[in-house]
Amino acid sequence: MVEFLQFTLSGLSFGMIYAAIALSLVLIWRGTRLLNFAQGGMAMFTTYIALEVIRQTGSYWAGFVVALAAGVVLGAAAELVVVRPALGKPELNAVIITIGLLILLEGLAGIFYGGQYRSFPAAFSVIGLRAGSTPLGVSRFDVFVALAVLAATLLLAVGFRYTSAGLRMRAAAFNATVARLSGIRVARVITVGWALAGLLGALAGVLVTPSTFLYPNSMDSIFVFGFTAAVIGGLDSPLGAVVGGLLLGLALSYAGGYLGSQGSDLTALVALGILVVVLMLRPDGIFAGARVRRV
Amino acid sequence: MTRTTPRILAAALATAVLIVVLSIKLNSFRDYQIAQIAVEVTAVAGLTVLTGLSGQISLGNGAFMAIGAYVTALLMLHLNWPFYLVLVAAAAITAVAGAVVGVAAARLHGPYLAGATLLLGVALPSVAYAYQGFFGGDQGLDVNFTTPGFLGVNFPLTRWEAWVCSAVALVVLVLLANLGRSRVGRNWRAVRDDEVAAALAGVNVARARILAFVVSAACAGAAGALLAIVTGLVAPEAFTITLSIALLTAAVIGGLGTLPGAVWGSLVIVLVPTYATDVATSHGLSSSVASNIPVAAYGAVLILVMLLFPQGIQGAVRWLLGLFGLTQISPAPTWRDAATPAVTPEPNEKEGAQ
Repeated sequence: MVEFLQFTLSGLSFGMIYAAIALSLVLIWRGTRLLNFAQGGMAMFTTYIALEVIRQTGSYWAGFVVALAAGVVLGAAAELVVVRPALGKPELNAVIITIGLLILLEGLAGIFYGGQYRSFPAAFSVIGLRAGSTPLGVSRFDVFVALAVLAATLLLAVGFRYTSAGLRMRAAAFNATVARLSGIRVARVITVGWALAGLLGALAGVLVTPSTFLYPNSMDSIFVFGFTAAVIGGLDSPLGAVVGGLLLGLALSYAGGYLGSQGSDLTALVALGILVVVLMLRPDGIFAGARVRRV
Repeated sequence: MTRTTPRILAAALATAVLIVVLSIKLNSFRDYQIAQIAVEVTAVAGLTVLTGLSGQISLGNGAFMAIGAYVTALLMLHLNWPFYLVLVAAAAITAVAGAVVGVAAARLHGPYLAGATLLLGVALPSVAYAYQGFFGGDQGLDVNFTTPGFLGVNFPLTRWEAWVCSAVALVVLVLLANLGRSRVGRNWRAVRDDEVAAALAGVNVARARILAFVVSAACAGAAGALLAIVTGLVAPEAFTITLSIALLTAAVIGGLGTLPGAVWGSLVIVLVPTYATDVATSHGLSSSVASNIPVAAYGAVLILVMLLFPQGIQGAVRWLLGLFGLTQISPAPTWRDAATPAVTPEPNEKEGAQ
């Protein structure tokens, strides 16, 4: 029972990271109808920037804030400079461009910072919390991770629901042509979406790296699971991204915990199993709307 | 079809002669590169048929290559089969795996298919870690491939490998070129352009989509077998998502859905990193910089090619030939573009392997 609680809590904590990546992918998908393969690479790069700032200033929070700001800039710049020119061309071109961006960022990180593994500081203690004498399997920092992603998600949800900027974003995602006709600058809205996605990715990078080390490929597997979470939830649904992330975090945590060393080797296979089952039942994810098909 | 087949065969034969001459003239490292390019061409050609002709994206063809490579290693290790039999077995077994994936994938579209296949590419190689006793875990399995006796003891192994790999790649290209022009290929294009219209015209949509996965997987399996003999080792490290992504990248960069494009794309992904490494090391840069400049350059090349040549390198080649009046310029059909009419009878017929 204690074990189960431990696995659940640590699963939720990692699930929140996947949820953050999934949410950033959903933000971009809704605006641009594009999978951003550079999302993990961008998060890796902003985490390097955070590490540099922390080294220079000695302040964790300075690094944290700079990373988020860098995420916003990188997200918007990626959309404006390399993605926008490719829209309207064959669909896969933009995908390959984001893959090119990912490889470029990994190469640049290697050039500037070298390939070796670096440790990244955590905001709070990473020593496991205890209730009485039973270890809970999560640390103060894990709680911070979950709360930070939750706060970001809620802020986004409130922003989308209650602000006029949020309304514009929803309108642009719902029907770009009609939105444009009613005076919304759809192009600008899309750039803002990319910036927000960059921010979420940067947040995920700073939060996950204390438990993974930092190196040019460090976000690859996090990206794969974040992408999986987004697909499970349905790429059009922000709620689906969060649910998908938590579901995947829990499943992988149980698999790693209960199946022993073989289980941790096979986490990706477990994730594949879940994905296949979900997609067999709902080919467009759990929270997919009715499918519209043009004939 | 009957008119163009001799042309394809002639082109393949000419290429074979060129490769033999090159492999004798060049040193053994270049021979190794020829073999590498041939391996890529084999896999990318299969993928470009799947994604470009049948309209199904796959980010998991690296997993099919892994299956082919492990089948090769296991058969050569335990049963000592000759390589040509192993190659056929690897392609056949991988084709079965492709059928399974194809059945699962038949209902999925776009990013959902991309996600499922990406995870397949990540998950499958991890099986090798979980069952170390059989698959050798981290260390992988050794593959012992030698030159045949009739070539003499002094014949370089890399040259023989370059020949074998190129021969397989050319056979695969010829087969795919003919398949693309046949009824099967027309069905794929019909399904890609409009599933409903294809179904109304009597095409069995599910069967066409699954068959595309089978063909693509068989090619990837053969490529995996070739990779196994070229590297002499089959280990999970070789089959990361980077491989699957590189295959799709090569297909799109070269010109999606065209077989010459598969060749251009393979040349780019093999030669650009090597060339950039040569340049970087010759300028005496520190090792961490020198080893990462090729990576950054490769990323930049991908972005630039896609921005400058939306139809890939083959699109640019066609445009150049058109300038000199060597071929008529036909607007290459965009991939799953809603604006293109459901059936584009004329240009599609020529698209398979110009």
